[in-house]
Amino acid sequence: MHIRLSGILCQATGGASTVEVSGATIGDILTSLVQKHPAIQEHLDDGVAVAVNGEIYRDRRDQVIPEGSEVFLLPRIEGG
Amino acid sequence: MSGVTVSAKVNGDAVQYVCPPNESLMDVLRNRLNLTGVKEGCGTGDCGACSVTLDDRLVCSCLVLGAEAEGRSIGTVEGISQDGELHPLQTAFIDHAALQCGICTPGFLVAAKSLLGRNPNPSEEEIRYALAGNLCRCTGYDKIVRAVQSAAKVMRKQKKS
Amino acid sequence: MPYETDYTNQKFSVIGNRVNRPDGVDKVTGRARYGADASAAGQLVGKILRSPHAHALIKKIDTSKAEKLPGVKAIVTGDDFPDFTGGNRSLMDTLENCMARGRALYDGHAVAAVAAVDAQTANEALKLIKVTYKKLPHVTDVDEAMKPSAPVVHDWIRTAGIEPAPTTASNISQRNEFGHGDIDVGFAEADVIIEKTFKTEQTHQGYIEPHACLATLGPDGSGELWVTTQGHFTFRNMCASLLGLDVAKLKVTSSEIGGGFGGKTHVWMEPVALQLARKSNRPVKLVMTREEVFKATGPTSSTSVDVKIGAKKNGRITAASAELRYQSGAFPGMWGMLGAMTSFACYDLKHVKSVGYDVLCNRPKVAAYRAPSAPMAAFGVESVIDLLAAELKMDPVEFRIKNAAKKGTRASYGPIYGPIGIGPTLEAVKNHPHMKKRLGKNQGRGVACGFWFNFGGQTCTDLNIGIDGSVNLTVGTVDVGGSRASLALIAAEELGVDYDQVRVTIGDTSSLGHNDTTEGSRGTFSSGMATIFAARNAIDVMKQRAADTWGIPVEQVVWEEGVARAKGRQNSNLPPLSLKEIAAKSPRTGGPIAGHNEVVADGAGVSFASHICDVEVDPETGSTRVIRYTVVQDAGKAIHPDYVEGQFQGGAAQGIGWALNEEYIYGEDGTLQNAGFLDYRIPVCSDLPFIDTEILEIPNPNHPYGVRGVGETSIVPPLAAIGNAVSNAVGVRMTHVPMSPPRILKAIEDAQ
Repeated sequence: MHIRLSGILCQATGGASTVEVSGATIGDILTSLVQKHPAIQEHLDDGVAVAVNGEIYRDRRDQVIPEGSEVFLLPRIEGG
Repeated sequence: MSGVTVSAKVNGDAVQYVCPPNESLMDVLRNRLNLTGVKEGCGTGDCGACSVTLDDRLVCSCLVLGAEAEGRSIGTVEGISQDGELHPLQTAFIDHAALQCGICTPGFLVAAKSLLGRNPNPSEEEIRYALAGNLCRCTGYDKIVRAVQSAAKVMRKQKKS
Repeated sequence: MPYETDYTNQKFSVIGNRVNRPDGVDKVTGRARYGADASAAGQLVGKILRSPHAHALIKKIDTSKAEKLPGVKAIVTGDDFPDFTGGNRSLMDTLENCMARGRALYDGHAVAAVAAVDAQTANEALKLIKVTYKKLPHVTDVDEAMKPSAPVVHDWIRTAGIEPAPTTASNISQRNEFGHGDIDVGFAEADVIIEKTFKTEQTHQGYIEPHACLATLGPDGSGELWVTTQGHFTFRNMCASLLGLDVAKLKVTSSEIGGGFGGKTHVWMEPVALQLARKSNRPVKLVMTREEVFKATGPTSSTSVDVKIGAKKNGRITAASAELRYQSGAFPGMWGMLGAMTSFACYDLKHVKSVGYDVLCNRPKVAAYRAPSAPMAAFGVESVIDLLAAELKMDPVEFRIKNAAKKGTRASYGPIYGPIGIGPTLEAVKNHPHMKKRLGKNQGRGVACGFWFNFGGQTCTDLNIGIDGSVNLTVGTVDVGGSRASLALIAAEELGVDYDQVRVTIGDTSSLGHNDTTEGSRGTFSSGMATIFAARNAIDVMKQRAADTWGIPVEQVVWEEGVARAKGRQNSNLPPLSLKEIAAKSPRTGGPIAGHNEVVADGAGVSFASHICDVEVDPETGSTRVIRYTVVQDAGKAIHPDYVEGQFQGGAAQGIGWALNEEYIYGEDGTLQNAGFLDYRIPVCSDLPFIDTEILEIPNPNHPYGVRGVGETSIVPPLAAIGNAVSNAVGVRMTHVPMSPPRILKAIEDAQ
């Protein structure tokens, strides 16, 4: 599975905007991402959002990612 | 600083208090008489959240001194419902969802009651200008105006019967 | 117990009814208690001393005279706040913002605080505190602050997001880029390109209730805080972290809140109140004045935005790019990033690039304001969209429809959209009666779209069924706009009881597990979801009680319309048991009946809105009157339509004020000139017409009832809708918000 990312998050992946990851849930693939690019842990600590097929998940780590989903990592977003 | 002794009426009840000469009526009502329905939104007479009536005249209590209330009659939101019954304005505000956070509501009720006491059949424009001294940040005023229109209608009917 | 969050398309009995809110009577009689309405025996009054300078070294603070004043019980400065942040930069920023540490960073920055027996004494004590300042150069404008020659606010800031990583200090805390495709290719294909720069001034959320709290903190580290807040659990965690307290020992109770809009998601003076309480060992009541609210809480960013969009003669946009510069005040923020993410979110674009800069300056620390950063970006983008449509001689609504994002579009911020509502809102605008109204002299019409994210978050609710069958629902999301009514409707719907049987309370931090702040339009969405599951949990318990009463397996029991029924022909002799009956028997059948749910609600969906606005501009004075205003927005499912409309109207009104009048005015000396409601002019009743609303209900597939967040999106389109309307009315493109009378007159003059 691939996870796409942009913005400042790319700095932690050495400029890569797509990273190959594995896992069934949002939590799993984030762990997989950190294993590949440990520098991204800092951003994960600040908070990230994950878009799965366009649906944005900011808080749930156990959200299951169906096969073939488009996964996008976004910086943490805050509302008012 | 020595205090001033004041005797006045609040919502029909006789009260007496001692306050420094420079203390506002708003602070007297909130802190000495525990009438926290009066709200401080700005302290400078710009928001209307502290609206009360002083001898039937609509005023910002933050711009009136506690000492100035001597011998006079004050009306706050706490005095709007009578004998345990909500006033038509209060009912209308709830029915029309004319409040969201509710902080401006006491001031609006006092101001609206004052308006309808002077003008029982105001136009939309007259309502809007009469309430222009009360700020609301939540509702955009739409449902507030509708609630006042609705209450005015009810009050006119009540007066007839 | 896991529950399905998928949309079920069920028929509702009570959802959607316009019922009276349960806290209504308290609020119309003055009984409801807000932040400043609580008092404690022996309480002291707290007051804060604030810097009169935009930027200054604090060389010395002499509190000796103030300490000697009779009636003064405690004084604190930055020295009274040891560093418990453990290197967490964000926590340190919050701490330093609450109380200066050696340097005043903006006009109004707290430098000391006192607690005294009354307000008069406290104010006198402030006057007796002698602060020796050394003024430093300051900068308050976002573009000025980006220049290499600008005074640096924090010398440890290195711009993130640039390669190679810079080594010198800057006011630019980060650069973020979003987009896809190749804009050079896209612009090369365009027949028409419009490029323009826009500026928006700083505004404040403008809640009528100033920040206020009542704090107690004993020498044993246990304390209580009564406070007006959008998130009492968040405040608890924040205060505990900053003061080195045990979270469980600090009980925070949320008062009724007199407006927040994002400004009360953050602590500004609560840790100071707690520290004063600890030092004096007495309760301390700390209430901000309106001036303090403007100067020292969290307004939104002022911005400078460049937008460039190209399109073909057939009306299809070929490329879009934007550079957005947002100031975050005296501490880093991610507001420019958010602006860059939202700017082109409404459109289906093959080539798009948006770059956001976050810039520090000597202004208060920016906080979220209802769909933060989106309105300013939308102002720029929607204005250029209108200019393009005019250039192509296309109707502005049709042009937007032709380019609207839809399912399968790659969003400008990255992911591919699922089913979304921008198309339906635009179609609804196109067919709305408002569009047919005739315009008179000096009048103009404007339309604009807006986008915002909605969020879920950690939520915990308790549902308890009383012995008489009444239902107590305790939630942890602060009620900012009437959500108690919606939550009661949801509980009543699930249980199958009357709305009036349900009472909703906001629990304090000792009564429930963690609940995230009410922001991101999450209140009804999250607590509603948790309420549904808590109710189903309670129903499971009641079905078991019925089964036990009848002596049958629970699999043979169903819950329908508020009663337990025994299924199957063998049970046909068993009369149904109502909730009231089961509750009455509960002491003998197993004790109190309750349902509980913790859920991390998520998948709240993104939100789109389209607005139509008619204005009349007086060419002699530049004064603008809003004649007509319509909001069309997708709510997924309107649990209580009155309160959904209220959110639409309230957001629109704030946007109108922002578009026409509201701005922070700074002097040459970097001090705020208009820190009061007289000169910071928010809309009053006579400024606005009735605001028409149309609620679209396109169900959110991730919520059992299809609910989407609604609270924020309606503030996104107004700046642009008004900008387009005014521009059409005066025949000159407006590029600077607010479009106050002097600005409009100048624009007309310059064009002549």
